[in-house]
Amino acid sequence: MTRFVKSPKEVASGLLLIVLAAFFAWQAMELPMGRAIRMGPGYFPMILAGLLAFLGLVVLLSGLTVPADPDDNGIRFRNWPWQALALVTLAVVIFGLGIRPLGLGPSMGLAVFISALASQRFHIVTGLISAAVMVAFSWAVFIKGLGLPLPMLGPWLGGY
Amino acid sequence: MEIFDNLALGFSVAVTFQNIFYCFIGVLLGTLIGVLPGLGPVPTIAMLLPITFGLPPVSALIMLSGIYYGAQYGGSTTAILINLPGESSSVVTAIDGYQMARRGRAGAALATAALGSFFAGSVATFLLAVFAPPLADLALKFGPPEYFALMVLGLVASVALASGSVIKALAMVVLGILLGLSGQDVYTGTPRFTFDMLELADGIEFVALAMGVFGIGEIVRNLEDEHTRTVMVQKVKGLLLSREDIKRITGPILRGTFLGSFLGILPGGGAILSSFAAYSIEKKISRHPEEFGKGAIEAVAAPESANNAGAQTSFIPMLTLGIPSNPVMALMIGALIIQGIVPGPNVVNEQPNLFWGIIASMWIGNLMLVVLNLPLIGMWVRLLTVPYHILFPLIVGFCCIGVYSVNNNAIDVFAMALFGVVGYVLVKLDCEPAPLLLGFIIGPMLEEYLRRAMLISRGDPLVFVTRPISATMLALAAIALIVVLLPSVRRKREEAFKE
Repeated sequence: MTRFVKSPKEVASGLLLIVLAAFFAWQAMELPMGRAIRMGPGYFPMILAGLLAFLGLVVLLSGLTVPADPDDNGIRFRNWPWQALALVTLAVVIFGLGIRPLGLGPSMGLAVFISALASQRFHIVTGLISAAVMVAFSWAVFIKGLGLPLPMLGPWLGGY
Repeated sequence: MEIFDNLALGFSVAVTFQNIFYCFIGVLLGTLIGVLPGLGPVPTIAMLLPITFGLPPVSALIMLSGIYYGAQYGGSTTAILINLPGESSSVVTAIDGYQMARRGRAGAALATAALGSFFAGSVATFLLAVFAPPLADLALKFGPPEYFALMVLGLVASVALASGSVIKALAMVVLGILLGLSGQDVYTGTPRFTFDMLELADGIEFVALAMGVFGIGEIVRNLEDEHTRTVMVQKVKGLLLSREDIKRITGPILRGTFLGSFLGILPGGGAILSSFAAYSIEKKISRHPEEFGKGAIEAVAAPESANNAGAQTSFIPMLTLGIPSNPVMALMIGALIIQGIVPGPNVVNEQPNLFWGIIASMWIGNLMLVVLNLPLIGMWVRLLTVPYHILFPLIVGFCCIGVYSVNNNAIDVFAMALFGVVGYVLVKLDCEPAPLLLGFIIGPMLEEYLRRAMLISRGDPLVFVTRPISATMLALAAIALIVVLLPSVRRKREEAFKE
């Protein structure tokens, strides 16, 4: 495979751009196009999707023909911090899921603690302290200070 | 002179207890995040956007601007003391600044950086006051075709001046525009790219995109390799400069200021490009180029002046044309919109309090920064000892509550999680996310002006080339694009960015 693919990064970027372009074009197809004088909602997105696909193609072709930069050491999927990526994303998603039913306190605590797990230097004590500090801080600043309409405890936990 | 009346008005706005307070909060936060590596002005301003809801527009903008230029000061501190640039615009400062510190001249380096920044900030603010109003008057004469051409030129210029592949940066702009078009179509109310979700009817939340890409994505990138930062908290002494030093830094500060002021106006320019350009110019014209890299004081003075000047003048296109030249300015526009102010040339004339108040506050802020950075340097150095693994979960927490409180809507939180992953993947594929953000902000305006222009011209696309101003701007955009794509220029450009 390496014989055809000169720069895996470029090829992957090109493919990604083309897929995104196709996705937007597919979505824009359902929209009325209109004509140049009175453009419909689909006109400009369609032009952009075409442009994006073209640029993606250029990137893809250059990845197949132009050798990669010597400094470029490829995508190296194995070295991606998969665990950190997953945990940080999970922390944010849990905050989003918890904010209504659980309230600000528990979801903030969970989000901070789960994202703390993403570090290799994670320690249970510091993780818990960070979560507690952040819960107290967000209560003081966002609920007391700024008066955001957020319950500390949500309906599932006996709040309102 | 009209300008003095205007400045007097500005100071009358800026020198109220409330605005001085917010200016102070802004520069304090700016210095703080500048010192802390891994937290830049973009996520910080994005986090604070929702908080500015409750403030009067002037105070909000004063605080947010303070964060941006304050970060330029703070970034240099860590660059000099521990060879770790807190901001990307201080990368160059680290080269010689750290060498000076190792030779025991940390105090001189810090003083040079602070004085250079202060001088540059004051001059650039003055330029902003002089040039912004006429530019806004000119822009008032623009019709839809001119605006469209101007935005195309702005986007192309930001791509041409950015580092990395031009084609990929262009693709990021286009992708950003497409994302920016999501939500209801202005003319017909047809929902676009909303996947039948009611929550997306207003489009993708800008704060979610900005915080996801620059906040969450950046955190994951920092977690790639967690190495211990060894902080040598030495006593910093010798803040006073010798006469010899002052002689050596005068020229570089002046050159850095003017170079930075000019580059800051250009889209995609701003602080980072200015500092790199100033360094290479000083190296070229210096009588002792061999000293560069080994602790030359000129190599601290010029880039520090340039990045601060660039940070200041990048407000010009934002305040006069409503066009952001970098992601921070895109957030400022977001802040204006939150406050119900339509960004564009009318801001100068219709909101003189806001416009001149911000400008006056920049002088006050720059003065505060000198005080904050020189005598209090020890405090900032101590902050560096906060390890990243303690810091980043707190940032995640702030991002979550920040993005949620914009609309009180959990969908924005999920969008931020998604864009965090997207941002990380893009960076891994060497696709710069900054052009994406610019495209996102400019996209809806671009479409609106395109549609209006075509309506006026009865569907004739030649309208863009028959009107002289728009034709000139489009020609400039085309030339810029062709030039950076020429193979010979491309190679030189890559070399320049590597240096």
